[in-house]
Amino acid sequence: MNFPILSSLILLPIVGALFLFFTKDKEGNNLTAKYVALFTTVVNFLISIYLWISFDQSTSSFQFVEDRTWIEGFINYKVGVDGISILFIILTTFITPLCIISVNNSVKNRLRDFLIAILIMESFMIGVFCALDLVVFYLFFEAGLIPMFLIIGIWGGARRVYSAFKFFLYTLLGSVLMLVAIISIYWITGTTDVVQLYDIGIDVKYQNLLWLAFFSSFAVKTPMWPVHTWLPDAHVEAPTAGSVLLAAILLKMAGYGFIRFSLGLFPVASEVFTPLIYTLSVIAIIFTSLIALMQEDMKKLIAYSSVAHMGFVTLGIFTLQQQGIEGSIIQMISHGLVSAALFLTVGVVYDRMHSRLISTYGGLVSVIPKYSILFMLFALASLGLPGTSGFIGEFLILMGAFKDNFLVAVIASIGVILGAAYMLWLYKRVVFGKLINEDLKKILDLNRSEYFILSCLAAPILFFGFYPDPLIKTIEVSVTDLINMHNTNIASK
Amino acid sequence: MENLNLILPEIFISLSIMFLLILGVFKNDSSKITFNLSLFAILITTIITINETFSVTRETLFNESVVIDSMSSLMKIITLIGGFIVLVISSTYLKTFKIYNIEYPVLILSSILGMMVMISSNDLIVFYMGLELQSLALYVLATYNRDQLKSSEAGLKYFVLSALSSGLLLYGCSLVYGFSGSTNFDIISNQLNSEEYVLTFGIVFILVGLAFKISAVPFHMWAPDVYEGSPTTVTLFFTIVPKVAALTVFIRFLYVPFLNLIDQWQMIIVFLSIASMVFGAVAAIGQTNIKRLIAYSSIGHIGYTLAGLATASNEGIQSSIIYISIYVVMNLALFSCLLMLRRKDQYYEDIDDLSGLSKNHPLLSLCLLLILFSLAGIPPLAGFFAKFYVFKAVLEQSMYFLAIVGLLSTVVAAFYYLRIIKIMYFDKEKDKYDTDHSLWLKFSLTVSTILILLYFIFPSQLVEVVSRINII
Repeated sequence: MNFPILSSLILLPIVGALFLFFTKDKEGNNLTAKYVALFTTVVNFLISIYLWISFDQSTSSFQFVEDRTWIEGFINYKVGVDGISILFIILTTFITPLCIISVNNSVKNRLRDFLIAILIMESFMIGVFCALDLVVFYLFFEAGLIPMFLIIGIWGGARRVYSAFKFFLYTLLGSVLMLVAIISIYWITGTTDVVQLYDIGIDVKYQNLLWLAFFSSFAVKTPMWPVHTWLPDAHVEAPTAGSVLLAAILLKMAGYGFIRFSLGLFPVASEVFTPLIYTLSVIAIIFTSLIALMQEDMKKLIAYSSVAHMGFVTLGIFTLQQQGIEGSIIQMISHGLVSAALFLTVGVVYDRMHSRLISTYGGLVSVIPKYSILFMLFALASLGLPGTSGFIGEFLILMGAFKDNFLVAVIASIGVILGAAYMLWLYKRVVFGKLINEDLKKILDLNRSEYFILSCLAAPILFFGFYPDPLIKTIEVSVTDLINMHNTNIASK
Repeated sequence: MENLNLILPEIFISLSIMFLLILGVFKNDSSKITFNLSLFAILITTIITINETFSVTRETLFNESVVIDSMSSLMKIITLIGGFIVLVISSTYLKTFKIYNIEYPVLILSSILGMMVMISSNDLIVFYMGLELQSLALYVLATYNRDQLKSSEAGLKYFVLSALSSGLLLYGCSLVYGFSGSTNFDIISNQLNSEEYVLTFGIVFILVGLAFKISAVPFHMWAPDVYEGSPTTVTLFFTIVPKVAALTVFIRFLYVPFLNLIDQWQMIIVFLSIASMVFGAVAAIGQTNIKRLIAYSSIGHIGYTLAGLATASNEGIQSSIIYISIYVVMNLALFSCLLMLRRKDQYYEDIDDLSGLSKNHPLLSLCLLLILFSLAGIPPLAGFFAKFYVFKAVLEQSMYFLAIVGLLSTVVAAFYYLRIIKIMYFDKEKDKYDTDHSLWLKFSLTVSTILILLYFIFPSQLVEVVSRINII
């Protein structure tokens, strides 16, 4: 067996966290802890880049597979990546170091503990994206709740307790039904190994209920309307780094789950429930965009925009077209970058002014121009301007949707317009206009680390906007095979 | 000649009890030495149990009234280890309340003896004898802090209600005897005629008595008061050791004599299980005293254990035993934390006393955090696997309703565990607690927390041990 590269990706952050655990905590800006955490995550990022380089794009079978017996005759610890999951792993390892650089502004106390939580979180998220056994997947999926609960609860804002509880209980409630489904799958087919399950297939008569159980978990996590209400609360109260992790990576677990499990394991049920997903996605797109228009709080606005964007993602996945699914994956990656960037930009002014209300600001362009330019780039990427990665995703999704259902595509396109409306209006109210608030005159422009983080995010957004080929090449074969498998399954039933 | 080696553990422990009593009577200030000797006695008994009985698949003694099999030896070992740890971490607490006397270890030993008899019993009379031996010792233990009103109240309540349930149990036994002509489990199982409806009454009465002993809803009323009033170390004993023994009897009782009557009792167990899971989760929400909260949470956990029993399969029984073993470890860890909340010779047991614990005692609160998440059943901690095995067995029998209700009540239960975590981590800190804990207390907390945290690395070991248990 080769070097267990995926396990080392999962384990490395935990090793870093353990190391931090045994160092002494210092008050204030604990530089040692920060460097340790940063070092660990950067190494992890480099490993994941190596993974991408040595990844064979011409096949859809799982690569770097590790398969070890875990519970005799029942569960194997099995991990592996294909074209779909590898991008999410890289997104995770890319965003986490940026989060760690950003913490010195937003986290004031117990920095070491915060970093430990972030590192453990990273390890669980990587685990989710490369697990090839349902139980292993569930384990990582649920375990992520613990560090996130603490991140929101300890380092969050004023209503942090309420938000942390809401986040935890909503997601737990969704997930327990998935656990029932996973165990049932074991008893129906005799295995929880995803690759074997792809081959065996699951009897049609069970598929609908199982699909619904998985759906209950993923819908909460995505989040889809009407179970999205935990997200704005969690986002608003979480510290900036927490919001970034939540928006950029945690939400993607569900989208990934839909592709990997709902489509892959329950093809017939996926066809049956497509109208449901379409309806909920379209409502999410239109309804939450309208809500986003009316928000006074910047973080809340971005949180609602996340719900709308995830609406596009679920829509794209269930078009069951090549373009739709590819678009969804690219949209998820792009949303990971863009929403992370937007939360960080809000964090920048929040750290200076301690207000997230839009009305506090106005006329920022004349005092902090560098900030305003980057903010504009991210706002435009969020509304899907051509030349940014947001465009590629949305365009492909709508293309897939037009192929499948004209009406849904038309309504979803209205969402694009609404998206432009709330983002531009937000930008106008914060950056342009007259400088009324006297305190704003003393506000400082981006410091070096903020500039660095935001540029790091801006670069891939622009790069993949003009040249999405590397992304599409990586996922293409896997998505084609997924759809072929889906179609043969449908045809044979 | 019977092979007495098989009951050597029971013989040894009874001799130790008598010896310790005599020693206590004739020697002044003998509390310390009785404590140490009784620890030693438990240790030796454990070793004997492992040596003599662990490899035995199934042997019977005394006209088949006592049975030694892999279940009985495993449960005895759990009981003994539980008793050992309770005894070893009690001393500081008892000294604080000036009740560090020779009676305490002797009573604990006698109740352990009673439980060992219960666990091995294959006969209604033997079973009842064991049950009464352990109950009588427990009544006294509940009132052990006799200068405190609450402790006396707890003991009295426990005595009255327990005596009532024992009465029901005996009545049930006599009905069963009347209809089957024997008190031996194996003979009953052959003689049973499922047409006899009065027999069902007998089973129901016995089940009520047993449900009372493990505090399953709706026979749980005594538990919160008794748990709150008893000295904390005795509460710890209550929450783990008698439950292990009563569960064993439950299993043996349902699956040896009455397996053929499964249609009659399965619904009862499902009801007990669902009621305990739901009630335990909901009622714990409003509690302010940690011991009361633990009482309700243990009611909930018993519900999950019963869910495994309701499946009428070997996997179900095994999953229940796995559940109770992990539950024992989690409770030991939880109470070790509780015993550490001591400031100037006073113990604190309100949830609010945990406020801001993470700032003053980061390690202790981290341990408590892991324990609570484990009790809530969040992966990758041991508590998740316990629930996982139970629901795996439940779903094998396609009992979807039971599984879904059970898992939904874990969400409700998660709320009150989270509330404690919230108080520890999100609230303002209070004064520091003392940190000069006994080495044993620290040891028990560390070991049990590590077991909880790292269980997921080697989950097969426990399964392997338990998979030797085949009752049906």
